[in-house]
Amino acid sequence: MKSFELYDATTVEEAVGLLDQHGPTSKVVAGGTDLVTGIMKDWVQGPGMPYPDVLIDLTTISEINRIAVEDGALRIGAATPLADIAESAEVQAGWPVLSSAAHSVASPLIRNFGTLGGNLNQRPRCWFLRGEHFPCYKKGGDFCFAVTGNNRMHAIIGGELCYIVHPSDTAVALLALGAATTIAGPAGRREVAFDEYFVGPREDVLRENILQHNEVMVDVKVPQPAAGARMAWIKLKDRQVYDFALTSVAVVASVENGVWQDGRIVLGGVAPTPWRATMVEQALAGKDVQSAVRSASALIRNEARPLSLNAYKVDIAIGLTERAVLQAMAA
Amino acid sequence: MKKLMLSLAVNGQVYDVAAFPHRTLLEVLRDDIGLTGTKRGCDDGDCGACTVLLDGLPVTSCLVLAVDAVEKTITTIEGLATAGQLHPMQQAFIEHGALQCGFCTPGLIVTAKQLLEEKPDSSDEEIRAGLAGNLCRCTGYVQILAAVAACRDGQLAGQTEAP
Ligand SMILES: Cc1cc2nc3c(=O)[nH]c(=O)nc-3n(C[C@H](O)[C@H](O)[C@H](O)COP(=O)(O)OP(=O)(O)OC[C@H]3O[C@@H](n4cnc5c(N)ncnc54)[C@H](O)[C@@H]3O)c2cc1C
Ligand code: SF4
Ligand code: FES
Ligand code: FES
Repeated sequence: MKSFELYDATTVEEAVGLLDQHGPTSKVVAGGTDLVTGIMKDWVQGPGMPYPDVLIDLTTISEINRIAVEDGALRIGAATPLADIAESAEVQAGWPVLSSAAHSVASPLIRNFGTLGGNLNQRPRCWFLRGEHFPCYKKGGDFCFAVTGNNRMHAIIGGELCYIVHPSDTAVALLALGAATTIAGPAGRREVAFDEYFVGPREDVLRENILQHNEVMVDVKVPQPAAGARMAWIKLKDRQVYDFALTSVAVVASVENGVWQDGRIVLGGVAPTPWRATMVEQALAGKDVQSAVRSASALIRNEARPLSLNAYKVDIAIGLTERAVLQAMAA
Repeated sequence: MKKLMLSLAVNGQVYDVAAFPHRTLLEVLRDDIGLTGTKRGCDDGDCGACTVLLDGLPVTSCLVLAVDAVEKTITTIEGLATAGQLHPMQQAFIEHGALQCGFCTPGLIVTAKQLLEEKPDSSDEEIRAGLAGNLCRCTGYVQILAAVAACRDGQLAGQTEAP
């Protein structure tokens, strides 16, 4: 790893000012589990992914390390460790899909200091991207090695140029919950719904979200779920003990007398962004869930364009969606 | 880029170390301070061989920058035995033969010690979940889980003197 200059920010605005001042080779760092010891230690760089030379530590900003419930809504600072979110009694009681998703990230040893903001903004795990010697599109190169190489972990939906899957488990749950994030930049703070936050390769292959280089994620706001809302989280992995998702599903739904009123179904591990299965939601609307869920989930097949080695994920996505919806019904 | 002076409180002793900001806590513990009980396995967060307690919580020290450990307390495997007596968790691993090559052992012992300190009546399932980040390639985990359970249940034969 190349060395870098390190600043301890004490306020979000100070961090934004430092980013603005030092330009695109400066980055904020929280737990560092992805940026420093993933990306930088492994020399992941290219014309579209400059190697950082200035890091700005966010863990010294107390404002963004907290969990609070305000007027029924949940607010979590971006630098809050994932273990605190997974173990929070308030989160477990009101937003169990989020505590389960946070609990399923990595191992306890990483959740103790890996943060929510880092989890949402981590870079993809495509093994070619992470390899020093593959100058692919996402690094600013002119090739996608996953198309011709081993693509068994890659996207089955929404890939184009680049076939990464979004790596974050918490992003899947937060999208299902209709959450939003506060972003601070040189012009001040603004709120952005996660519906608008993530960016696929069609829009810009060099990024996974709308965050600009001189912006910082401040916190995440999760609305109070509808009374009686049902939630479920399922994550399938290669290794049972802990791993990134092969596929995950988050469900947040209102159901009355077994009939689907309203709700969101979001899949992880299948697309370059957390992927909302709106066609399944629509097919369930107003229907008896038990009888409609199988054919509704099967609609995912029409959306999928698997690569050479990952068609198995299409069946997994369909089966896991059905299972997650039924699990939410039983919740 | 210049070296920073870091004061690191390891096992009750404060060390002043000059290190570049990109050095990991694992590197500084092993290569600068000479505490080689903490092992480097994958250097990637996957195996848990490098686990230490940072302010009392188990973390993979290969993913922690040494500068981020300043003003915190660090406990490594070398800090567990007191006054010539092994820690009960160390004793339990010996009595249950919970190691073969021993490379995973320091990380497992500090994780398990913290687990039982935080929740002395942890269930078998909670112990398994708590040890999820510490991989062992040799034992198959059966003796490890038995050792931690025996420590929880106070079923140890006797103390062995620390070497
Ligand atoms: C062995 C291993 C297994 C893992 N398994 C999983 C898994 O199963 N599921 C999963 O979801 N993740 C997994 N991860 C990824 C892990 O969750 C992330 O590494 C961690 O959550 C990142 O948090 P951090 O605070 O360490 O981020 P950092 O490494 O500090 O930052 C990551 C990125 O986010 C940016 N960033 C951080 N905070 C902010 C902020 N407030 N505003 C703007 N940008 C910010 C940084 O600039 C950087 O680009 C795994 C990681 C490892 C090492
Ligand atoms: S899938 Fe994306 S990140 Fe992976 S090699 Fe292709 S372009 Fe690069
Ligand atoms: S050496 Fe740190 S987790 Fe393997
Ligand atoms: S005893 Fe060899 S890795 Fe656990």
